[in-house]
This record gives sequence, structure tokens and C-alpha cells, in this order.
Amino acid sequence: MLRLEKIKKTFNPGTVNEKCAVQDLSLHLKPGDFAAVIGSNGAGKSTMLNAIAGSFYVDEGSVILDGKDITFTPDYKRSRVIGRLFQDPLKGTAPHMTIEENLALAYLRASDGKAPFSRISAKNKAFFREQLALLEMGLEDRMKQPVGLLSGGQRQALTLLMATMVPPKILLLDEHTAALDPATADIVLDLTKKIIAQNHTTCLMVTHNMQQALTLGNRTIMMDDGKIVFDVEGEERSRMTVSDLLEKFRTGAGKNLDNDRILLSME
Amino acid sequence: MVYVIQTALELGFMYALVAMALYLSYRTLDIADLTTDSCFVLGAAVSVTVAATGHPFLAVLAAMLAGACAGFVTAFLQTRLGVPSILAGIVTNTGLYTVNLMVMGWSSNVSLLKQETMFTLLKATGIGGGWYKLLLAACITILAGAFLYWFLGTRLGLSIRATGDNADMVRASSVNPIMTITVGLCISNSLTALSGAVVGQYQKSADINGGSSIVVIGLACLIIGETVMGKRSVLKGVIASIVGSLIYRFIYAVILKTGIVPIECLKLVTAIVVALAIAAPTLKEWSAFQGRRMKASRKGGD
Repeated sequence: MLRLEKIKKTFNPGTVNEKCAVQDLSLHLKPGDFAAVIGSNGAGKSTMLNAIAGSFYVDEGSVILDGKDITFTPDYKRSRVIGRLFQDPLKGTAPHMTIEENLALAYLRASDGKAPFSRISAKNKAFFREQLALLEMGLEDRMKQPVGLLSGGQRQALTLLMATMVPPKILLLDEHTAALDPATADIVLDLTKKIIAQNHTTCLMVTHNMQQALTLGNRTIMMDDGKIVFDVEGEERSRMTVSDLLEKFRTGAGKNLDNDRILLSME
Repeated sequence: MVYVIQTALELGFMYALVAMALYLSYRTLDIADLTTDSCFVLGAAVSVTVAATGHPFLAVLAAMLAGACAGFVTAFLQTRLGVPSILAGIVTNTGLYTVNLMVMGWSSNVSLLKQETMFTLLKATGIGGGWYKLLLAACITILAGAFLYWFLGTRLGLSIRATGDNADMVRASSVNPIMTITVGLCISNSLTALSGAVVGQYQKSADINGGSSIVVIGLACLIIGETVMGKRSVLKGVIASIVGSLIYRFIYAVILKTGIVPIECLKLVTAIVVALAIAAPTLKEWSAFQGRRMKASRKGGD
């Protein structure tokens, strides 16, 4: 489904701030894979997601999605088949536009750029309503309200809906529940699981919760210093505990895990 | 007296198109488009020059097309060549000065003497009686407003609105923000040029300096309108630009008639009104903060 071939990305090349964020990174996701990505500070997790989404072009290597080389495809074209959520719940929606208008924009991904002068039809509205009802947040009765009035959790749930309403080939989640309060985070996470299971979406999710990394989805990927140091799935994964994972990191990266947020979330 | 009100209404409707253009570029796309001044003159120049050949309606279309081209240049500079958006407008604005002179046959003004304009053609039909100018100006502006309202509700219009609100989200919806900015600026500048075109035929002349500080006046109109109408929805925004422009022209007429403010000072007054209106949220915050600090220091003092 997704294939990263030896990608490399250096930021600020030729300056004192030069930073090689990912190097020789290769990854292969099978259709329907739901992989949790975990790693130390600055390991290149977000860089990897950015490279897939096309926020920048990689310096070397190639990105192949569903058999198509998208290495040099601009981000707005990739977004037709790639859904994405960020940690910041404000990033995915336009605050001064109504819920309905936001959904209509997200629904453009299905339109193939045709009929730019068409308006939101009654059929579209009914469809949006039906989709909003799945969130069980009562948003279907607030379709004419600007998104800026919603809470962070509601906005993130809406963004999730917008990213998956037209099922993407791959869904990228960059700690999308980390900025929410624990109860809301659980709701959004449950929604995520539900939607992914429904559509059998291939998904890559960055998390800082070790337990989540082992229990969510079918695969765990550990990163350090721009490389994948450990990749586990199947039976081996189901037998693993958090301390096994930490031990694997030590042997894989040759050092202790230094992500403060991970360590804090382990209590 | 009736004449004064009539003129104020006529000018109000014609210049409302500039406020409408700024509603699209400044409010919706969040771009301060300084192409406006010269673009207005461009509209007037093209309109008068083409009308002089005997085609007053074609003149308006040609003016709008010319305005769209100016908008395209500004958009191209900022989206493709990385020129900061304000500078892109200034650069186009400066270049247009020469283009405008060229359009007017290298003269600083052109006049229509005996040739027909849209206004004289309407007068000849007798529709509207003595109010024919107002009728035409109002019709054009309301039609343009209706078009803008309709357009911003289409899928393309929605993407343009979202570009000013959250460009990342536009990209995530498979729409290229470069395209939306370009289309938006083309439309806003064709509205500005339409304003110039109508004013040109109304005055039967175009002047190279006819557009100076029109962008600030347009902003003033928009802000006045938004204060009266509120700025919640697109419909309100479009209506606000018309209402604001009418109010501005009435104030202008009152000042002109009564002389409470010397007419030479009008631009300064306009500039101050615009600066204060845009600064209002910051000033409010500052005064609230000062109030809190004073309260705290009084408590701490005793």
C-alpha cells in the first residue's frame, strides 16, 4: 500500500542549524495495516508523516502509494488520497466558516475538481447530517454554526470526519488526541478506531502512549534518530509488554528512550 | 438638496464596488491588495477610451478584463515568485501607472465629448426620469453584489473563503491555494475596474490620479458598513460594502455642504477613521489591560 524507499530529508542544509531529520528510512505498509509509531524526541516521526503527506519533497529516495510514485506530487494533490490529522485541533478546520461549509470543502476531494460552480445540494446536506450524527456529539443540529464555536474535541472529531468522509488510501494521525483532555481524547480515539475498522483504512499513527502503541492496531514501529529501530507485528507483538518495548528500544537504538512525554505518560 | 442626496447615492453605489472588491481580497482572502488604486484608474481609462470609439457596453467588459489581468499579475508575483503580498500590490500598482498613461494615449486624462455612454443611452430611453443615473449605478452594483454572493457560495467560492481562513485545510481538501488566491484577486480587481469603468463614463472622463487613495476610502466604506450591518455572513458582508459606501458618500456630502471639516482635510480624516477602526480590537485589549493593572496597583498600594 505505502512504500517508503530509503528516503532522506535534511533541514537547513549548509547552515549551522543543519539537521538530518530522516535518513535511509524505508517502510512498507500492507493494505489495512494500522501501525502505531513511537520514538524519542526528534526521532523523525512527524518528518516521516510530512514526507508522506508532501509537506516537503524528500531529498533522496521515493514515496510510493498504492503502486503510484508520488515522490514529486504536490501536497494538495496527494490530499485526494491521504487523510491527515494534527495534534492541534485548530489546524484542520476553517473557524469562520460553518460546519456545513467545512464539510463541503472536505467533500471536494471526491469531486475531482469538476463543477467548481456547483453549490451544496440538499442531497449533500442530508449526507453531511448523516455523517455528523455518527460522531454522536449533536453537531448535526448545528450545521449552520461557525466551526470556531466548537470545543477542541469537537473540532478534532469534525476534522477526523472530514479526513475520512471520502475514504483515503492512507490516514496519517500525528498525536491527534494529545492536546485534548483525557475524556475527550478517549471519545476521539474510539471514533478513530471505529472509522478505521469500518473502511479498513491503512493508517499510520504517531503516539506517545506506550500502552496504546502496543494495543492499538496491528503493528508497532519504533523510531530513533531518523531511522526505524524496531518494527513488530503479529504474535510477537501481542506477547510484548511496555518494559519489553523499552528494552527493545535500548538494544535497537543503543540508548535509553528519552521522550519526556512518553516517560511522563507511563507514570 | 435633492440634487446633493442624489449625487451622494450615485457615487455611493458606484464606489461600493471598490468596497466589495476589498471585501473579497482583504476580508475574505486576508490580503491587503494595494493594486486597487491604479486598477481603478485602469478601469476608468479603458472604459473611457473604448467608449470613445462608440462601444460603451463593450468598454465596461474590456475594463473588467483589464482589471482581472492586473489582479492576475499581483497574484502571480505573490504566489509563484515569492514577492510578499503587500509589495506585490505596490509593484503592480506602480507599473500600472505607465500602462494607464498608455491606455489614455500618453496623456494624463481623456474625456468623452459627444460620444454615447451607458448613462446617455439610458437617458435617451427615458427610463428612470431624472433618476436615471442612480438607477443604472444601483443596478450595476446590486447585480455585482448578487454575483459575488452567489459566487462565494459555490465550491470554488468556498475554497477561496477557506484560503483566507486556513490555507492548510484548503490544501488538505485537494485544492491548490495558489489557484484560489489567483482567482480571488482576478475577481476582486475586475470589480475595482468595474467601479472605475462606471465612474469614468459617469464623469465622461478618466484622470491618471483619479484613483489615489481609493483603497483607503474603500476600506473605510467596508468598515463603516460592517459596523452597521455586522460581519457574520457573506450576505451581510456584501450588503455592508454597499451600505458603508452610501453612508460614506453622505458624510462626504454633508462635509462638502456645511464645511464643518475643511474639504482639504477629508483624506486625513478618512485615514484616521480607517486606522482607528482597524486598531479598535487592539485598543480595546490595551485599555482593558490598563484598567486591570490600575485596579491591581490600587489594591497593592493600601
